[in-house]
Amino acid sequence: MESNISFTLKVWRQAGPKEKGGFKNYEMKDIPTDTSFLEMLDILNEQLIEKGEEPIVFDHDCREGICGMCSLYINGHPHGPATGATTCQLYMRRFHDGETITVEPWRSAAFPVIKDLMVDRNAFDKIQQAGGYVSFNCGGAQDANAVLIPKTAADEAMDSATCIGCGACVAACKNGSAMLFVSAKVSQFALLPQGRAEAARRVKAMVSKMDELGFGNCTNTGACAAECPKNIKLSNIARMNREYLCAKIKD
Amino acid sequence: MWLTNSSVGRKMVMGITGLFLVLFVTFHVLMNAVALFSPEGYNAVCEFLGANWYAILGTLVLAAGFVIHIIYSFWLTLQNRRARGNDAYEVSKRPATVEWASQNMLVLGIIVVCFLIVHFVQFWAKMQLPELLGEHLEFTGMGYVYSAFGQVWTLPVYIIGFIALWFHMTHGFWSAFQSIGANNDVWLSRWKATAKVWATVVCLLFAVEAIWFTIEAQDKSNMDKYGINTEAVVENAVSDAIEAMGITITDVE
Repeated sequence: MESNISFTLKVWRQAGPKEKGGFKNYEMKDIPTDTSFLEMLDILNEQLIEKGEEPIVFDHDCREGICGMCSLYINGHPHGPATGATTCQLYMRRFHDGETITVEPWRSAAFPVIKDLMVDRNAFDKIQQAGGYVSFNCGGAQDANAVLIPKTAADEAMDSATCIGCGACVAACKNGSAMLFVSAKVSQFALLPQGRAEAARRVKAMVSKMDELGFGNCTNTGACAAECPKNIKLSNIARMNREYLCAKIKD
Repeated sequence: MWLTNSSVGRKMVMGITGLFLVLFVTFHVLMNAVALFSPEGYNAVCEFLGANWYAILGTLVLAAGFVIHIIYSFWLTLQNRRARGNDAYEVSKRPATVEWASQNMLVLGIIVVCFLIVHFVQFWAKMQLPELLGEHLEFTGMGYVYSAFGQVWTLPVYIIGFIALWFHMTHGFWSAFQSIGANNDVWLSRWKATAKVWATVVCLLFAVEAIWFTIEAQDKSNMDKYGINTEAVVENAVSDAIEAMGITITDVE
């Protein structure tokens, strides 16, 4: 049932990477519960622009949960209280009338705030560039079933590949560790014969890039997997550890 | 060296040393269990270990395991805090599937170490250390057990230690297998269940032993049997504990 709710929005405002930030409260009146969270922020921004104030900066793009751009730490959860969904898939019916909703940016040393709720997630691109791909020679496309892949391996690889690289795992982790992201990327290739060829080089390069960029060490709390909008599993991290340790021992 | 330079390597060191300590704790609780059934048997175990070359070698390996585990824990925590950054979340909620222990391993570990210090002062400093220094031992194995558990404060301190150890091991046990890569979707729940059962059995057995020794120590005949002067013991233990904490007491005249 659609209804309207009014609530207080407590938003982190920060003018720039070096500026000191702080929370600012905004009273939201009569917001329909069928509004998405990002639409609600759009409404607020329109009001702010009309009043001549700076609109709130936040990342967003596809608004259908596949691009990995939206972020926001809402009421103590990355991507808000819904499970298996991104912020853009979050609707105001999750919230109550009169509630105070706290909205913060991802907090991690490796993800510095650019402005307000937008953080710099370039570190993930750098990790991907270090090895998150398969090298092959160009030429005629192979026949689809030339390389046989067991269904279970294909499913597992597909599950890992659903990681959208949003950074919720890092935001949720008390150690600022990026292991869920990196392990998903390592797994999606390591599970398939095409990726197997470069598996050892890939895992070493990606882990060392991850460490270099200042992400923390995993302590297996599992907060990452619990908060992941794509339900990436914790077993990916075990697989990455295994791949890495085997590669290092073989050296 | 990848065991120190890489996050995965560091976690493996943490896991391997942790598993080694789990093994040690298991041996320890089993050896204590001997004392439940046969005080004479326990004395024999103490005599057998004593300060022989194999016991010393074992102690050194064990000490190395402890030291590496502890140094890495502080080192990893410092790195993780730096990675987390200085800005804390205003509102932060722990997801239901995240164990409380997993987020408080350092604190739990520190409690265990504090307990260990007390434990070392009460036993190791009186059993293996004097033997290493070539001094004469005051009691036999059971004598030390009764003299320690004859104190009122010993049991509560030990119980606190066991509770901290339980929390620490329930997470540490399965986490170690995850860190060394010996885990997948099926084994995750198996390791977690094994960790809970193992930690519960070990800690419960420790607690039963501590309670049993405390009860036995109340029995004057046991104390006499091992030549313990009850009053002197109380005084010595208190002053030893104070000394262990690094406090010097000077008599104010």
